[in-house]
Amino acid sequence: MRRSIFSATAVALGAALALTACSSGDSGSGDKPSTPSAAATTDAPKLTGTLTIWTDETRIDVFKKLGQEYQQQSGVKVSVVQKASADIRADFVKQEPTGQGPDIIIGAHDWTGQLVTNGTVQPIELGDKASEFSPVTVSAFTYDGQVYGVPYAIENIALVRNNKLADSTPDSLDALIAQGKQIEAKDSKVKYPFVVQQGKDGDPYHLYPLQTSFGAPVFKQNDDGSYTDTIAMGGDNGHKFAEYLAKLGKAGVLDTAIDSQKATDAFSKGQTPYIITGPWNTPAFKKAGLDITVLPVPSAGGEKSNPFVGVQGAFISAKAQNPIVANDFVTNFLGSEAVQTELYTAGQRMPALTAAADKVDDPIIKGFTAAAGTTPMPSIPAMDSVWAFWGTTEAQIISGSAKNPDSAWDTMIKNIQAAIDKSKG
Amino acid sequence: MTEQTLAPRSPDVAPGDGGSDGPAPRPTVPPRPESHARRFSPGWIAKLILVGLVDALGVYGIIAAAGVESWWIVAFLVAALAVVNWAYFSRRAVPAKYLVPGLLFLLVYQLFVMAYTGYIAFTNYGDGHNSTKSDAISAIETQNQERLPDSPAFPVAVVTRGDELGFAVVQDGKAEVGTADDPLAPVDGATVQAGKVTAVPGWTVLSFADIAGRAEAVTALAVPVSDDAGDGTLRTQNGSVAYVFSPVMQYDAKTDTFTNTKTGVTYTPSDHGNFVSAKGEKLEPGWRVTVGWENFTTMFTDSRLSGIFLKVTLWTFAFAFLSVATTFFLGLFLALVFNDPRVRGRKIYRSLLILPYAFPGFLAALVWSGMLNSKFGFVNQVLLGGANIDWLGDPWLAKLSVLGVNLWLGFPYMFLICTGALQSIPGDVMESARMDGAGAWRAFRSITLPLLMVSVAPLLISSFAFNFNNFTLIYLLTGGGPDFVGAPVPVGSTDILISMVYSVAFGTGSNDYGLASAVSILIFIVVGVISWIGFRRTRTLEEL
Repeated sequence: MRRSIFSATAVALGAALALTACSSGDSGSGDKPSTPSAAATTDAPKLTGTLTIWTDETRIDVFKKLGQEYQQQSGVKVSVVQKASADIRADFVKQEPTGQGPDIIIGAHDWTGQLVTNGTVQPIELGDKASEFSPVTVSAFTYDGQVYGVPYAIENIALVRNNKLADSTPDSLDALIAQGKQIEAKDSKVKYPFVVQQGKDGDPYHLYPLQTSFGAPVFKQNDDGSYTDTIAMGGDNGHKFAEYLAKLGKAGVLDTAIDSQKATDAFSKGQTPYIITGPWNTPAFKKAGLDITVLPVPSAGGEKSNPFVGVQGAFISAKAQNPIVANDFVTNFLGSEAVQTELYTAGQRMPALTAAADKVDDPIIKGFTAAAGTTPMPSIPAMDSVWAFWGTTEAQIISGSAKNPDSAWDTMIKNIQAAIDKSKG
Repeated sequence: MTEQTLAPRSPDVAPGDGGSDGPAPRPTVPPRPESHARRFSPGWIAKLILVGLVDALGVYGIIAAAGVESWWIVAFLVAALAVVNWAYFSRRAVPAKYLVPGLLFLLVYQLFVMAYTGYIAFTNYGDGHNSTKSDAISAIETQNQERLPDSPAFPVAVVTRGDELGFAVVQDGKAEVGTADDPLAPVDGATVQAGKVTAVPGWTVLSFADIAGRAEAVTALAVPVSDDAGDGTLRTQNGSVAYVFSPVMQYDAKTDTFTNTKTGVTYTPSDHGNFVSAKGEKLEPGWRVTVGWENFTTMFTDSRLSGIFLKVTLWTFAFAFLSVATTFFLGLFLALVFNDPRVRGRKIYRSLLILPYAFPGFLAALVWSGMLNSKFGFVNQVLLGGANIDWLGDPWLAKLSVLGVNLWLGFPYMFLICTGALQSIPGDVMESARMDGAGAWRAFRSITLPLLMVSVAPLLISSFAFNFNNFTLIYLLTGGGPDFVGAPVPVGSTDILISMVYSVAFGTGSNDYGLASAVSILIFIVVGVISWIGFRRTRTLEEL
């Protein structure tokens, strides 16, 4: 008797678990509420279906609000689903082919290459609207001549100065380091002339303004601002940059022991007058009571220093259930001045729409935008092959474990080229 | 059941058959068992309810799976439900009543996962080969629609007549209507407001809601601008504005090829799931195909990998072996020391020693990674008085650090199992050894260690297998680094096989599930063979 009850319970549990495993493994249907649209507020006929938007935890709140606004405006039921920022892109690439993915995914422009080469997103024809966005934001989402995302915000790194320690900034990096050393000598609290986060795997993103000032951009750019997969950071200019890294590493100005946390910590505590960082850290600096100014990164090699520009925006799934509504949402709703301003208020990043950007008067945000160039972070798949080699090599040059910076740089270029050739098959 | 323990067992009652389960069958004349359904005992009703619940869940699952057209899951659920109902309502299926839940779990969590990994290992699933061929074709088609340079944007009205769908636009001040088959042609009597057609005689203008409801048909509609196909087609993405597009890549279903309308180059499908031109130029995206043993041989044949693969394999064996050896000997030593009754406060020491074991491994790895930082780390700053030793940056020191941290993490486990095993060694054996004149070392070598190994050796083998795949430690402590200087793949001195696979298949941002599956199967085989040999050897220990 007891036996039969026990085993029946076990089976019930077992089957329940097995079912959960099946359904979540296959379809991810848990993300999508299956209730039909009930909340349509207008009396528009036949507007059925749900517009599903995936976004990560950092912007879920504002997109929930925007979803409600759009629902009221258009009568389309909007479902905003939160995905972990670490998984959202991979989940989308895996689920899109099953037809269970969202209609729209909010993300960064550097996903474009991967999403397009997997056939998971569709082109968006912006038409005349393209000219209403700042050009770098559209070129960031451009891949092979087509635009795949509607931009809404832009972010990049710049030089941040602690005004208490330095009140003016020279326009070359060497002079800046000299100035920093003077401050260091005068003030016992100051420990570094300036900091750039590195870490044991290097950080080419934060060193890129220095690299571009030597005229060694990572890839060649097309006329529309999109990238080709021709490596442009080799040759003499690349060598000059590599030697410069070795010099700064030897002098202890750059240090692989200083990672992002150490760098921001040092700046917050007033241990350095300068840091190269992005707008994600400035709220913490202000909270620490610092008076800061955001400036373009002074040139190290003579040319203009261009940081990578990152752009946030919305993609439409190639298998969107409601392509028309999705297109209306991303171009007409998300691309409107009111919504871009709302996103700015929530996220504190410069809007991509020029009309909204012109109204921003925060000096820090404007400072970052002034430091941005016309070089979006490449989104082409070849970039995947670049990151790891790039960071490692720079870290090895800085730490001195690569004895000869020039040959280390050449080996890196050779390895990147081999990896690109390999992925092309 | 309970009666049996209370009353002396009657020879008539078969073992395992409870008194209330029915009349006790006699060995000579077994009476026909009474059907379950005739007795509505509470147990039977409970069973009915529970199985009913399972059935309800199963039916819900079937409906849900059918809703998304996952027919394999439907088939599995139907079969599983049938088996469950048969097992619990049939009188003959007594063993099945016990085995079915376990077997179902085994099927779902073990066999399915293994079979699926095995299947993926033979495909090129990964970035660029993410979906089916038909998805790839439609993706190439939509990605290669080029808007004609300097063509205007048309405010468009979507119109319908019967089943026919068309676009109405204003061109040169005149309203024109076209469908997929008929190019744009002027119509009379259309109403135009602000450059947009609002009514056409004979046609119904669709509202936004109607367009959204027929989104697929509307976005797929391409209306030729004129009789000349070279003038392009009108398409819309949002139902309100249309542009003139011309396809750059044209798919021909008959020959199964793509042709570039500008250059005339044709692309034919290759056996690696891509449309490829005669020159070897590939169209993206491709699709998922099976590629045979390729993923398995990549590690050995790819010149970029094979050299490093050997280095990493050697280090993996060294790491796994040394990890087991160091943790075991330290754990054993401490267990011997604290097993001696002469040590005071043994309980306190023992509890303290187990502390590292209570730490989650990934947390400990991260903490250690910070403590070993060359400039700010606790080890250099405090323990070594401001030394500047690059613990994680020097290839050999990094290897040493990994082993050291793993020793810290792993010895409490060995200490625990050795303590347990030592306490189970009977005291009289030791006593007789002592009476035979054996010294402490001799007694340890000839009595304690062999007896210990009987129970501990299998655990050492499983510990070896665990460390062979100790991804968490490597990934969080050193990330595999320091990377080999100038190596053609981003792999480093402390990378073990599993973390190398991660670097090669996922580490650079692009994903190669096929390769990852294949190499994890190879690793599984290696670990499996070693464990098998190990367990065979331990059998000889038991015979001592």
